Amino acid sequence: MSSHTFVLNGEKVTVDVEPGVRILWVLRDVLGVTGPKYGCGINVCKACTSHINGKAFNPCSVPVSELSADDEITTIEGLADTVDTDLHPMQDAWIEHDVAQCGYCQPGQIMAAVALVNKVKAEGRAIAESDLDGIRNLCRCGTYPRIRQAIRTGEQHM
Amino acid sequence: MGYVIAGATLATGAEMTLGSEPAEAVIPTAPGPAEILDLNDLLTLAAAPTASLITVKIGTDGRASFALPRAEVGQGIITSSTMMIAEELDLPLDKIDVTLAKARPELMFNQLTGGSNTTISTYTPIRVAAALAKQQLLRAAAVVLGDTVDALVAKSGVITGPSGQISYGDLAVKASVTDTVRAEVTLKTRAQHTVIGTPQGRTDARDAVTGKKKFAMDLDVADALPTMVARPPTHNGAPVRLRNEAAVLDLPGVTHVAQVPTGIAVRAKTFGQCIDAIREMDIEWEGGELAGESDASILAKVKQAQLPMVVPKVPVLTQRVDAEFTFRFRSNSSLEPNCAIADVRAGSAEIWASLKSPVVAQEEIAGELGLPVSEVTVNVAQGGGSFGRKLFHDAALEGARISKAMGKPVRLMWHRVDEPRQGRLHPMATSRVRATHLLGEVLSFEQRHTSVQTDFGHGLGDIITNHAAKLPVGGNLSFAQTIFTLTQEVPYNFGAVTQLLNETDDRFNTGSMRNIYSPDVRTANELVVDELARKMRKDPVAFRRKFLRSSAAKAALDKVAAMGDWGRTLPDGVTQGVAIHKEYKGVTACLVELDTRPATVNRDVRNGVTGPRVTKAFFAVDAGLVINPTGLEAQMLGGVMDGIALALTSSCHFEDGHFLEASWDNYFYTRQWNVPPEITVEIMPSDAGQPGGAGEAGVAASFAAIACAYARATGKMPTEFPINHADELAFEPKPFTPSVVQSPTDGLDHTY
Ligand code: FES
Ligand code: FES
Repeated sequence: MSSHTFVLNGEKVTVDVEPGVRILWVLRDVLGVTGPKYGCGINVCKACTSHINGKAFNPCSVPVSELSADDEITTIEGLADTVDTDLHPMQDAWIEHDVAQCGYCQPGQIMAAVALVNKVKAEGRAIAESDLDGIRNLCRCGTYPRIRQAIRTGEQHM
Repeated sequence: MGYVIAGATLATGAEMTLGSEPAEAVIPTAPGPAEILDLNDLLTLAAAPTASLITVKIGTDGRASFALPRAEVGQGIITSSTMMIAEELDLPLDKIDVTLAKARPELMFNQLTGGSNTTISTYTPIRVAAALAKQQLLRAAAVVLGDTVDALVAKSGVITGPSGQISYGDLAVKASVTDTVRAEVTLKTRAQHTVIGTPQGRTDARDAVTGKKKFAMDLDVADALPTMVARPPTHNGAPVRLRNEAAVLDLPGVTHVAQVPTGIAVRAKTFGQCIDAIREMDIEWEGGELAGESDASILAKVKQAQLPMVVPKVPVLTQRVDAEFTFRFRSNSSLEPNCAIADVRAGSAEIWASLKSPVVAQEEIAGELGLPVSEVTVNVAQGGGSFGRKLFHDAALEGARISKAMGKPVRLMWHRVDEPRQGRLHPMATSRVRATHLLGEVLSFEQRHTSVQTDFGHGLGDIITNHAAKLPVGGNLSFAQTIFTLTQEVPYNFGAVTQLLNETDDRFNTGSMRNIYSPDVRTANELVVDELARKMRKDPVAFRRKFLRSSAAKAALDKVAAMGDWGRTLPDGVTQGVAIHKEYKGVTACLVELDTRPATVNRDVRNGVTGPRVTKAFFAVDAGLVINPTGLEAQMLGGVMDGIALALTSSCHFEDGHFLEASWDNYFYTRQWNVPPEITVEIMPSDAGQPGGAGEAGVAASFAAIACAYARATGKMPTEFPINHADELAFEPKPFTPSVVQSPTDGLDHTY
């Protein structure tokens, strides 16, 4: 057991847990932050997608020992706090397009979408069909067409 | 028609009442049983005797509450139920709390979510209960205000009359009764609806996008620590013993291990430590009945069980189309894996899980634990998808066993690897079709569907037995054959039509998958319909129009033909396909364009399957009276995604006693790179007074349309689905021992 400190959704947290435990389990099982979902544990389904220092990552595939005290993790629960509005524009777009069915994949989908738009913007371009085709997040309810629409709407307001 | 129920505040209840619609009908085909009384009528009949327990309550805060005796697994029934209550109660949607009812044995089969029956069977009773509540509120308001009921108007939770106004909350106690009484109420007509039929976003949309929505594994249950099971290397194998229990118990975080019939369970502080522990376990296994079997040996067994065709007497010049199709095993797992929280104590037990048949779960768990049913509380959690999986309670039962063995509450979750390998599958099946035609008419159409046995142990079977006397089918049909007969229909005037099911092999874990038979059966049908059209030199759309019996089906077909510009000029390698399907008291039609050009087929996606891509999809649905068009469209979009997977990419390979798939990058459900860039769903106008089913309706027509487009592209009917099953495996199978894979550690190398 060892002690690990990092910033979670804007607040400094310290957990006592074995260093090899993946961050997903630290969030869910130790800290009770259940927005990031388990769908595979091997960085395939992307249901756990969250942000580290503003970039998308999959906490099921990173040991907690990789974190340092100033690393900032944002989960879906903290996404709205990264903007001045009530919700993040991507969350508003998700509601506008009524994307969620069961909703299980959606925290990961939204976190991935935000990172994708940020990345594309940083490259000085707009979301293209090929960017949407490249999203790996699985949705077993098949909400993919509305996800594509919502990302385009969210992009307009980001 | 309903009841005002005794209590401190107002509660009203209603009975289930719903009629069945008769069907309408070149060479006419006599209506099949599915047209007279389909599965939905049966489920509705089955629900009738106990439905008086559907109750709407009004609180002193003015909010209405309703515990829906169904499972919400993403299909949007909480939203549509809220809309029905809002409609009759004249209360805004955000003042209505619809929750999921616990298992209540007295509800019997009125608590089964399946067959896309929820809206069909609850449409009347929910509205009656809500309307009665409003009627009681109006009567109470009349007394308080000193006005007549006729002079009062209810709007947004407030009743206004000439002498003043009063809110529902202030009337909740005054409108209550001390003795339950029967009461009559008149429902609004369709023309009076202002909520039903309007597009509404889901009531849980905000929770879903903020991470607040709670699934079973997110529930806060004290001391229910993460628990996982080491599972056998063969499908349905069994553990003999754990050889290194002491060493496993010594591992960091581990609190308990226990042997159960399905494997060796471990409980630990985190799921990660459960995975670590499983990987350290040294277990002796028993192979089980399927050791050594493979796809080929199972298929041979299915073929042996095929029933013969009964070629009817036809004139000598008659031509014949013979076809046979194989449908491979498919995993019906949702993204949320099998999971349940179980807390088994000395004289009682409590379960939390997403369950579509919670009463059956409760009875079986009580039996397993040796407890009276009344001591087992089964809470129905929100489900992260179902697709047939949650009709069963595999994780709830397993969790109860583990909790009992460990003497501790457990938070049991299956590893992803376990899902395709030990979870339920849609069974492998073959469909043989023989059609005869002469002089532009189809004389006969025979279909023999043969399948590895589908498990109906979730209660649907019991519904059938309880109501067997009401069925228009004779003889000694099994549950499965009865359900087949009640759901399958050839919607064309094809002369003598026979459709029969036979089953074999009960050694697999099986279940339905967003429908039981229709996607496979209808795909086989529609491919043969295209082949008949080709041989008779008819355009496939014109051919279907000529032989379709139902005018609603013709209208849906015409709609997609117009939307998709049927017959338009396309580049070489891009083809259209069209199909229709009739079920769930509704009709669907789908037209797709499929791109089979090398540049598309050979696209390179890391660890993904590309292949032919549906580039455009046009879908029309006539689902009768529509409660929520936004929700209906969502179900159709999802159905098309399933159709794409079934036709092109997703199956499980059975080899040497085990399924090879173990990940979403092995079992290729539709991913973004397979999604049509253009997809449109059109809801057909309908003057039907009753809603139809939606949850499963989107799959069959889209699967069939894609199959037809593929046949057109290749110039011959495909014989196996998905079409890539026989290709070289697109992945390296993960090891079988240990049963779970370790999580990677390089996640930070893949940020973006
Ligand atoms: S759980 Fe992390 S990618 Fe699937
Ligand atoms: S909404 Fe259910 S898995 Fe995506």
